[in-house]
Amino acid sequence: MILIDGLEKRFGPVEVLRGVDLAMLGGRVTAIVGPNGAGKTTLIKAILGLTRPDAGRILIDGEPVGDDPAYRARIGYMPQIARFPENLTGRELLAMVASLRGAEVARDEELLERFALHEPMEKPLRTLSGGTRQKVNAVLAFLFTPRVLVLDEPTTGLDPASSATLKDKIAAARNAGAAVVLTSHVMSELEELADDVAFLLEGRIRYAGPVRQLKLDTRQFTLERAIARLMSEEAA
Amino acid sequence: MTVTGQVLRYELRGALRARWLIAYALFFLIATDALLRFGGAEDGVRAVASLMNVALLVVPLVTTIFGTIAVYNAREFTELLLAQPVARRDLYAGLYLGLALPSATAFLVGVGVPFALHGGYGAASGLATLLLVGVALTAVFSAIAFLIATRCEERVRGLGVAIGVWLAMALLYDGAVLLLATLFADYPLERPLLALMVANPIDLARVALLLRLDSAALMGYTGAVFKQVLGGTAGITIAVIALGLWTGVPVWLGRRAFERKDF
Repeated sequence: MILIDGLEKRFGPVEVLRGVDLAMLGGRVTAIVGPNGAGKTTLIKAILGLTRPDAGRILIDGEPVGDDPAYRARIGYMPQIARFPENLTGRELLAMVASLRGAEVARDEELLERFALHEPMEKPLRTLSGGTRQKVNAVLAFLFTPRVLVLDEPTTGLDPASSATLKDKIAAARNAGAAVVLTSHVMSELEELADDVAFLLEGRIRYAGPVRQLKLDTRQFTLERAIARLMSEEAA
Repeated sequence: MTVTGQVLRYELRGALRARWLIAYALFFLIATDALLRFGGAEDGVRAVASLMNVALLVVPLVTTIFGTIAVYNAREFTELLLAQPVARRDLYAGLYLGLALPSATAFLVGVGVPFALHGGYGAASGLATLLLVGVALTAVFSAIAFLIATRCEERVRGLGVAIGVWLAMALLYDGAVLLLATLFADYPLERPLLALMVANPIDLARVALLLRLDSAALMGYTGAVFKQVLGGTAGITIAVIALGLWTGVPVWLGRRAFERKDF
């Protein structure tokens, strides 16, 4: 579970997060949505400890996000852009991250099989296509059965079959009790996966709760329409 | 193994397959080989003297520019590593050494192998100094490259600063010193000049090398003063301390910036 309390962050004159309170529960997929520049990326980076908040705190399964990096052992992170050291192979990359985590080099044979990654894993990462690198990126995020998954636009660049595989994997992690944080610009994807939605606008949470409730409140059938409705209400 | 060691292990593996590094080693290999063939391998002094001029320009240039580029290219991967349970300071050390060690190795191999093949041991002490100086300059300018790329958010600006630093230290500094020496020619300048030499790692490296090659006599009275101060144990100590500071301070500043940075 991720608990965020009064999170504030400014970059120079720009207030990116203006007091964000949010709970993201284990066993649920929480979609973070909002227009460009709403603060989604900053929020995710704060959870990962990449960006230091000016005020507020974040707890991950009760452990504070701060100078002690140990809490990140619970997190699997899939960044939006999959850029890895050019001259390492996929296998070496997995071994490197495993060694940094002090973990055994686990292998998710099933996921490697479904992504058809066995052969590409032996090649230098620079020779792989963007989509294949994104698959490696996904394998890495799920490798250590994390309690918290942070997925930033996870299906970008994936073909439909791989995209479906990844969604199955996300649902399985959720069912196993992981707290999944998801961003995407593809609303149909969020509709399919998300249990909860956090709508971020100008650095504040404007709605947080179950997707179903949001649809009822806004009297819309789809998540996309419901979000659009929220935005137009904010503008009014 | 520590986090720094783990990062270093894989960074080394990647770096040793990098084309620019192989090209860098080949450059020194060919240059050294050619200089030994044309300059006469018997004593090797001429080859060392020529190589010195090449190394003093090329080592800082390549390590600064490629170091800066490497840090910017690794930006997304660095974020991925930072999302693992590792401390930022350990990661920084691993990344820095992962660049400095392969670069230094490429230089050592590029210069060392032709000498081993051709002989030229007449210049053994000069060659040893050249190799040490090359390694020291690699450490210094890799540290500066990491500092620049960590502090400058924008890639283009960072590269501009990197080129500027190289230009200033490798080319403009000497001009400024020369100008100073001309302007104040009527005053006893040996000691201020000495201080200025020590203040720039490239000049320090040059002076240290010239003294080893017994060319100090060519530099007249100033050379005599340099020889007197830098030639002895005290001089070597000063040089080592200065180069140590030139590495340590940028590494320290860069790591501090890295620890506080918002990615």
